Amino acid sequence: MNVHAFLHNFWENTISGLAQGAIYALFALGYTLVYGVLRLINFAHSEVFMLGTFGAIITWQALGLDQDSPTPSFGPVVLYLIVGLAGAMVFSAVTATIVERVAYRPLRKRNAPVLAFLISAIGASVVLSELVGVLSRRKPRGVPRLVQPEAVFTIGGAEVTNLTIGILVVAFGLMFALDRFINRSRLGRGVRAVAQDPNTAALMGVNKDRVIMLIFILGGLMAGAAALLYDLKIGGTDFFAGFDLGIKAFAAAVLGGIGNLRGALVGGLILGILEPYTSSLFGTQWTAVTAFVVLIIILLFRPNGILGESLGRARA
Amino acid sequence: MTTLSEPVKSEPVRTRQNPLRGRWSRLPRSARWAVLAGVVVLAYLLPMEWLEPYLGFIPTTETDWASTLVIVAYYVLLALGLNVVVGYAGLLDLGYVGFFAVGAYTVAVLTSPDSSLHANWPVLATVPVAIVITMISGVLLGWPTLRLRGDYLAIVTLGFAEIIRVAATSAPFLRGQTGFTDVPHPPGKLPNGDPLFGVIDSKPYYWLGVTLIIIVILGVRNLDRSRVGRAWNAIREDEDAAAAMGVPTFKFKLWAFAIGAAVGGLSGAYFATYQQFVNSSTFVLFFSILVLAGVIMGGSGNIPGAILGGALIAYLPERLRGVKAPSWLGVQDLYEYRFLMFGLVLILIMIFRPAGIIPSRRRRMELADRAKEVTVGE
Repeated sequence: MNVHAFLHNFWENTISGLAQGAIYALFALGYTLVYGVLRLINFAHSEVFMLGTFGAIITWQALGLDQDSPTPSFGPVVLYLIVGLAGAMVFSAVTATIVERVAYRPLRKRNAPVLAFLISAIGASVVLSELVGVLSRRKPRGVPRLVQPEAVFTIGGAEVTNLTIGILVVAFGLMFALDRFINRSRLGRGVRAVAQDPNTAALMGVNKDRVIMLIFILGGLMAGAAALLYDLKIGGTDFFAGFDLGIKAFAAAVLGGIGNLRGALVGGLILGILEPYTSSLFGTQWTAVTAFVVLIIILLFRPNGILGESLGRARA
Repeated sequence: MTTLSEPVKSEPVRTRQNPLRGRWSRLPRSARWAVLAGVVVLAYLLPMEWLEPYLGFIPTTETDWASTLVIVAYYVLLALGLNVVVGYAGLLDLGYVGFFAVGAYTVAVLTSPDSSLHANWPVLATVPVAIVITMISGVLLGWPTLRLRGDYLAIVTLGFAEIIRVAATSAPFLRGQTGFTDVPHPPGKLPNGDPLFGVIDSKPYYWLGVTLIIIVILGVRNLDRSRVGRAWNAIREDEDAAAAMGVPTFKFKLWAFAIGAAVGGLSGAYFATYQQFVNSSTFVLFFSILVLAGVIMGGSGNIPGAILGGALIAYLPERLRGVKAPSWLGVQDLYEYRFLMFGLVLILIMIFRPAGIIPSRRRRMELADRAKEVTVGE
């Protein structure tokens, strides 16, 4: 155990952990939304994210940007980022919709058991990841250098870069918007109603199929945004990018309380921050298990996650 | 969505759905035993060279047929073990490969000359130890986590497998990627003095595998038909009701976990002595997901279903090796597309046979029954 390294890098780890945690949180929202309404682990969500990482790159490529292009000046960069964000979100949302249509809806119509949903989701996940794998010839793809990380200010000796600030602003902005949408809008009320009691909601005139479509689209949009942020932070992607991150994002959703939007935020941030802490305390090879060890410990004491499950109940 | 109109009648459900099964259960007991004996004999004869011409397109072309059958055997063992956990007790275990790894590593650590223990135990002595240790690891994992609800259990078990994998990669004692070499074969000599279990001929290993499978089937089947099996059924169908009826649910869930783990450990031990080499790269998460998919695809809760599912996921990829793809696909070998096809098949089977290829009869009745009460999203 290396306490010195932990204290020495404390602020640096906290800041980079927050940025990573924000990505986990956005990603986790998709799991939480689907679970909150359908009580289903949406295993294919990791590939929804992965296609988003490619969506941004494809969008930029269509605009004539590739990984060797020089960094444009500030004005165009903002424009490119917004277009890239839109591209990634659309890609992910369309993928999520297709997954719902192909892998979930036919099973719902047949009253299949829960495990069948899990397996067809795994099937969809494998198909998507392999399809991209075959199309990309299983090679990683680089991202255009749109944002050069520069320190904006420092906290306790650790630099806070423009990229970190951007990631946090986008992630928190979107999460705030989603929270407002679910809690305040008419469609959001429908989502909460179906989450609470589908049959009663249907009797009250809520179109259940449309609500289910909506949560897949919302989850896809958030995963797309997470994908763009991931692209910018990591600088590249490959067809396998969704798998590990997806498992961690799912762990984050459970950690915060699955089915609870604010729980996804809390879980994501806690996980994001704890990972660099573990790697400086115990060594980088143990980073991968942080999520699960923390998860098991938290679930022992709070079996429904930190904030508890509550999409559709009074709180979320 | 459920309708309240007509209650599902149970009588027609039982007879209408599968005429083959009806005929099977109407056969006299002696005829059923004869058919089963035939299947067992065929299973043992499967790798014989003289039989291959009669099997048509079934044997693999690129890989040795007997070696493929060994792979099939340890997948079937895994599927049978996971079937106890998922199919009987209804506990979603996404990290079953963790137990397979514990079994394989126990044998490797105790026998391999690379091990820092330098125990050099005889291989057969390590197998019971491997089974006991995996059972203990199942209880250790189950003790804190089986109190959780189903979906939480899924992520925690997945985490367990990941912890085992990372520990195997990172802890110096388990030698990571370098792994353990020279895990010995089981003893035994042929009349001409050659060792019975060796690298040249995989047939004896396959026969050993079939024997293990039969032993496990007998054990598991008897358990399922005993008080334990009835408790598992009750827990799977409705845990709260089972608890209210006096079934000690936690105890029986723990038992299911431990027994499933033990079979996984046995499969791991078998794998380790066959491969003679154990390192951390075998035990990836995808492997657990593959086995789970096999069990559910075949028909969870049903022994023939689990066997078929486990065998298919092991056999199909190997069979696809060397199959020429149509030229417009742009690759030589259909093996390239094995996972793509696997994913498509999973979705299709779940859409058209949601309870699996050979569904368990009880499962199907449960399903028809549940359609009245609750479905996903309700």
